[in-house]
Amino acid sequence: MKLNNIVLNANDFANEMAKLRNEKHFDFLVTIVGEDFGEEGFGCIYILENTQTYERISVKVVAADRNNPFLPSVTHLWKAADLMEREVYDFFGIKFVGHPDMRRLYLRSDFKGYPLRKDYDMDPEKNKPNMFDDPEPDYTLQYSLDKDGNLVENRHKLFGEDDYVVNIGPQHPATHGVLRLQTILDGEVIRKIYPHLGYIHRGVEKISEGYTYPQTLAFTDRLDYLSATMNRHALVGVIEEAMEVELTDRIKYIRTIMDELQRLNSHLLFYSCCAQDVGALTAFIYGMRDREQVINVMEETTGGRLIQNYYRIGGCQADIDPNFVQNVKKLCAYMKPMFKEYQDVFTGNVIMENRFKNVGVLSREDAISYGCTGGTGRATGWKNDVRKHHSYGVYDKIDFKEITYENGDSYDRYMVRMKEMEQSVHIMETLIDNIPEGDFYIKQKPIIKVPEGQWYFSCEGSRGEIGVFLDSKGDKSPYRLKFRPMGLPLVSALDTMLKGEKIADLIAVGASLDYVIPDIDR
Amino acid sequence: MEVKQPHIKSIPYAEFKDNDTLEQIMKELNEGGVNVVVGSLDQAINWGRSNSLWSLTFATSCCGIEFMSVGCARYDFARFGFEVTRNSPRQADLIMCAGTITNKMAPVMRRLYDEMADPKYVIAVGGCAISGGPFKSSYHVVRGIEEIVPVDVFIPGCPPRPEAILYGMMQLQRKVKVEKFFGGANRKEKKPIVITDVPKDFDKDKE
Repeated sequence: MKLNNIVLNANDFANEMAKLRNEKHFDFLVTIVGEDFGEEGFGCIYILENTQTYERISVKVVAADRNNPFLPSVTHLWKAADLMEREVYDFFGIKFVGHPDMRRLYLRSDFKGYPLRKDYDMDPEKNKPNMFDDPEPDYTLQYSLDKDGNLVENRHKLFGEDDYVVNIGPQHPATHGVLRLQTILDGEVIRKIYPHLGYIHRGVEKISEGYTYPQTLAFTDRLDYLSATMNRHALVGVIEEAMEVELTDRIKYIRTIMDELQRLNSHLLFYSCCAQDVGALTAFIYGMRDREQVINVMEETTGGRLIQNYYRIGGCQADIDPNFVQNVKKLCAYMKPMFKEYQDVFTGNVIMENRFKNVGVLSREDAISYGCTGGTGRATGWKNDVRKHHSYGVYDKIDFKEITYENGDSYDRYMVRMKEMEQSVHIMETLIDNIPEGDFYIKQKPIIKVPEGQWYFSCEGSRGEIGVFLDSKGDKSPYRLKFRPMGLPLVSALDTMLKGEKIADLIAVGASLDYVIPDIDR
Repeated sequence: MEVKQPHIKSIPYAEFKDNDTLEQIMKELNEGGVNVVVGSLDQAINWGRSNSLWSLTFATSCCGIEFMSVGCARYDFARFGFEVTRNSPRQADLIMCAGTITNKMAPVMRRLYDEMADPKYVIAVGGCAISGGPFKSSYHVVRGIEEIVPVDVFIPGCPPRPEAILYGMMQLQRKVKVEKFFGGANRKEKKPIVITDVPKDFDKDKE
């Protein structure tokens, strides 16, 4: 959607946001985009959704002082703002007044400067790694304003005298990547979790600002590599929407089928790893076995196993393989009995039920407040499927079920994904016979320029809503490109989910959340 | 006797790439002469070591998923003796560095490498680990893990196909086979980088 920002003044920003949240029911904070608006100063764009009507609005606010920018925090309204504001602080140096934990999120605590500012020098020669450990302070800062409107720093201790702290990660086999969770324990009961991110922060957003649009596409597949095509769908989607490219039906059909293949692929890996994390190695092998079948089908058309590189602005890289239709049909026929097998092998297992049922419960209010989209949100009963409510591709033409459960525990999160695989197969079966004739690619100009403006486009990734915010100044490269990571809300909700649970459940809950760290860190 | 050409079952020696490096290593080892008793022992030990390479699970991003695929039924690296992956560096023979190493991760990786027991090896899997790959121009990416640890085998690709990973592992096997375990000729780093504590003058300009 093209953003028509409601511009708010920093002084009455907090009140207006509270009104939007409480009176107009905009209770889902989709993302906060920090941006360097040049002479105007640093600011943020907040994208909000009304969870009843699915209406979306965007709010813009600018911190006037470029040397010492600060904005009021909205953490008391949306819990999702906790990590999102820390991200903005990390990249732009905007201090959020009232935020209880204003530390860097992605970069090391001794990092100098704010990388996404336009005047930051990102010459790799000047950004060599330090070969000593991060000297993390054991306190955090909270800012408040005094009577004259000056910023006042308050220090808070992160740990108490008697706290027993265990570091889980960054090198840990069950954190699904290089996530680090600083866990405060009481015996074996978790009292608090501080997530530390950024061990795989590659600065994709900043690099993209120096690249042309077709060049930026390659990064998306490497964010969440398990929903490679959906990520890229979101990026080409936002560019195509901005350039008003009319796609043929063939392109839409191909993209929809590819997305569903990728979802099947990702959920199979979820099933494998989830089972492995709680000790069921057989299920792991079975899941990976069938994943290879899915990869075979995709590989024949795209040429890639994991990273597809298939979509481009205006269509697809190549037409589908002559055997594609037949292969997809074979795959669907192959997969259907397998779902039963997965249930037999793992789902009904006593150990599995004991470890998943009523563990890591997330309420619906919290899921919305944290912005936990995807399977995690739907397990709590929150209907948030982007395919249904902000339809793209040909999802509006097909009849498929949006899987929701009620309890919001690990078991439901697991079941949502298992049922979604069946829906993916159903969608593919519906579409595969009806792929219309037409062009698979609509020729674009050699140099792609996007008209001025701001756009936001989202797709349903494998583990939530993957959104792309694009701010264009009419050039051949984006002025600001921001990805809404699917995993960030999941990690920020970990603390709520796990407070009072046993430390052994952290792994099981993490497995059921299915986050992918390179997607969070970007 | 002398250090012999490494032999890999079912793939002839000449079909491997980069035999020059191996021949150079063999030449250097043979220059000092090889004792018959110790040399035979070396061969036996290298045979064992090369066929049971235990890797540290060190997957930071995409390449890690391909590494998992290699471990599963279709490619199954258990055929070559690589199936034991260790989660602790103390028990591992090699680091499969599968994925991008960022500035924040660099000291962690170095620490893991330092914690491993000798003899130890490093395989750089994928473009990012080799040179920074697509993220080369970033402010937060190490441009090739060779900057922080010595690398034995590079496996190019983004991500490399499972066949390529297997081939890279075989190259490492060959390298292990031409080593003097008893002769004191194991590789030593010329300039070791040691992870230290935070320097004392680190925060000086802040205060």
